[in-house]
Amino acid sequence: MEEIASLLGGFSVVLTPFNIGLMLVGILLGVIIGVLPGLGGANGVAILLPLTFTLAQQPGGTTSAIILLSCIYWGALFGGAITSILFNIPGEPWSVATTFDGHPMAKQGRADEALTAAFTSSFVGALVAVVVITFLAPVVARFALKFGPAELFAVQFLTFASFIGMGRGSPFKTLASMSLGFALAAVGLDSVTGQLRMTYGFTDLLKGFQFLVAVIGLFGIGEILLSMESGLAFSGAKAKLRLNAVLTTWAKLPRYWITSIRSCVIGCWMGITPGGATPASFMSYGLAKRMSKQGNTFGKGNIEGVVAPETAAHAAGTSALLPMITLGIPGSPTAAVLLGGLLIWGLKPGPLLFVEQKDFVWGLIASMYLGNVAGLVIVLTCVPLFAAILRIPFSIIAPTIMVICAIGAYTVNNAMFDVWLVVLFGVVGYVFNKLSYPLPPLVLALVLGDMAESSFRQAMLSSQGSLGIFWSNWLVGGIMGLGVILLFWPLIKRVLALVRRRAPAGAPS
Amino acid sequence: MSKQAHSRWSRSLILAAGAAALAAGAAAPAAAEAWQPSKAVTFVIPAGTGGGADQMARFIQGIVTKHNLMSQPIIVINKAGGAGAEGFLEIKGSKGDPHKIIITLSNLFTTPLATGTPFSWKDMTPVSMLALDQFVLWVNAESPYKTAKEYIDAVKAAPDRQFKMAGTGSKQEDQIITVALERVTGGKKFTYIPFSGGGAVAVQLVGNHVNSTVNNPIEAVAQWKAGKLRPLCIFDGKRSIYTNKVTATMAWSDIPTCKESGVGVEYQMLRGIFMPAGVTKEQVAFYVGLFQKLRETPDWKKFMEDGAFNQTFMSGDEYAKWVAAAEKTHYDLMKEAGFLAKP
Repeated sequence: MEEIASLLGGFSVVLTPFNIGLMLVGILLGVIIGVLPGLGGANGVAILLPLTFTLAQQPGGTTSAIILLSCIYWGALFGGAITSILFNIPGEPWSVATTFDGHPMAKQGRADEALTAAFTSSFVGALVAVVVITFLAPVVARFALKFGPAELFAVQFLTFASFIGMGRGSPFKTLASMSLGFALAAVGLDSVTGQLRMTYGFTDLLKGFQFLVAVIGLFGIGEILLSMESGLAFSGAKAKLRLNAVLTTWAKLPRYWITSIRSCVIGCWMGITPGGATPASFMSYGLAKRMSKQGNTFGKGNIEGVVAPETAAHAAGTSALLPMITLGIPGSPTAAVLLGGLLIWGLKPGPLLFVEQKDFVWGLIASMYLGNVAGLVIVLTCVPLFAAILRIPFSIIAPTIMVICAIGAYTVNNAMFDVWLVVLFGVVGYVFNKLSYPLPPLVLALVLGDMAESSFRQAMLSSQGSLGIFWSNWLVGGIMGLGVILLFWPLIKRVLALVRRRAPAGAPS
Repeated sequence: MSKQAHSRWSRSLILAAGAAALAAGAAAPAAAEAWQPSKAVTFVIPAGTGGGADQMARFIQGIVTKHNLMSQPIIVINKAGGAGAEGFLEIKGSKGDPHKIIITLSNLFTTPLATGTPFSWKDMTPVSMLALDQFVLWVNAESPYKTAKEYIDAVKAAPDRQFKMAGTGSKQEDQIITVALERVTGGKKFTYIPFSGGGAVAVQLVGNHVNSTVNNPIEAVAQWKAGKLRPLCIFDGKRSIYTNKVTATMAWSDIPTCKESGVGVEYQMLRGIFMPAGVTKEQVAFYVGLFQKLRETPDWKKFMEDGAFNQTFMSGDEYAKWVAAAEKTHYDLMKEAGFLAKP
């Protein structure tokens, strides 16, 4: 129970008017950063990092500085869901899976419901992750060390496996879409050989195709093009404004407790390992779809399809801070920037931080609790406001979205080339939709292709080319085994059904 | 490189030269007084967020703001594409623009050599060297090797490629040091495994997935302090000057040089500043002065000690000569290792 005493100590550090003020400022800034696609949490925190430098040098200032920066992070995690649901534009990579059901809900006039579900699930995910951090930090930190390249590849394989085979459409179209994603992911520098691939001498291709740029175009611009075709109006615009939406949605949410728990586990695990929030949200969505009783309504506005990815993304985003605090390893790009912040302020993240900087660590953990509560209250009170955005005439909002998309694309790399790419991807997204090629496999391949490829090749280097490394211990073997079962699950299910049907039919004859 | 691409390059060069002529003309009347930036200065980082160069650049931005060293703000942007080529090409293409500076890593030399991307330090104006980043040979604290010699002997005795070295990036500084180490292992090679960043590399060693790393001090110091890693030797000509204890028993200065441990390998990484070509002497002098003031601040001194940096400062011809020599060293090492891009 030593943790509880330390945590209470942490609360006393955080609960000063100054720190609470910083917390609110951080959350608001974070929500704005999360809403603007392209200006991700990592960029937002990096931009504000030098400003915290003076702050951190006052007594107790490092705690204030980390509260400000980490609250920007929470805010960005919350904010990413807003544009995903309203306009099909994921503000952050980890909100892509939220668009699959969140946006259809908005189209049906249930934007407020979707937003409430998203924010509440985010909060639940984060809360569970913080509790894990509070009580299990040392144990969990040791577990993170077990992940070498082979284990990481197994996790990425599991993400693919849980997502593949769930499409309704033609499997060949899914395959084509995924292959295109892999091809796009391969452009740029090959991190294992240090050679450029498929850049054909063009400077603009050196950095490859950024996930966010592709997603803003495919989803955001693609959606606008589709809306323009179908009558220059948002289909969700006719919805009534319901001020009690939060309460009515809350009444529905407890029904999805299994999905919630599963998503929390996936999220915490992916955040610590460090798989990351984006794969966590995809994996959680894929598994929820498979295991839900109403799996076939996923993608058409099922609230469970919002709960699953949001819970997992937030749990992963939060638990990604754990390896940073305990081991000095960043679990996510934003954590990497925060880690840089700690070093700049003169703290040394690592195994001794818990001992040497007790106030700082427990202040940070306490601010995770308070920051998320404050964040939830702020975003929930704004739900009717956000939902009302859809009532603005299309002729005003559509150009605004186009501008925001362009700015977002530009900020990812400060490159004009990316703005043109967004337009191109918008057309691709439109054509894919018309020809009913699924977009999610492309996006998944683009975000995971690079990571999975380097993990696989690092593992191959280290085993000197033997595939046996993927079965060399219980951990990696277990994850791979689970992945293989999931991959062939549709096939297994069909065979099982066939056997079952045969048995009663065969009995009388 | 195709012919078409070459003509693209030369065209952009001509354009850039034109712009430089214009800029020089405009700058001439103001040159009488000491030059000051008239708008925000863009500070390019040819690497991703969270890495060593990124940390240093953002730290500089913080100190400059805190101590009011400059009237205009600094805007830091990351241009990491193509192992940093994106950032360097931006500076190369901004000929005559005095409001852009770039911080370097070893990729100033390694990226053009390994990938054939057309840029070199000669396309930029050297401003000053800020520091030299050190490299240390690390092993897991549970491993039996107490000295660099013991470790190298073990590599010599084991089958080829038995020992795994983790490092940041491919055909960059960490792998170059690994290749240099292979000169003294009696023909035995390491299996070099590239990772995306120094933090990931350190954790692979703590988790015992690899046998050794050549992390920078700042990347591994937390794990050293916690007793998880053991430093064997530092790849500098002489020992570190920092004598404050980092662990209970050791300071940076207690780590022997690799040479005194019988492993004759030296390597340091340039943390320096460059500007676009075609800028005036006054403009360069302004930035040299700025970084001299920066080095006087107590914050900077503490940052240097935390990361066990070698605080050599150079500017002008001396710096340009150092860079030319460093480029030659990289060319030789990379040629020997077969890392040069095929023409």
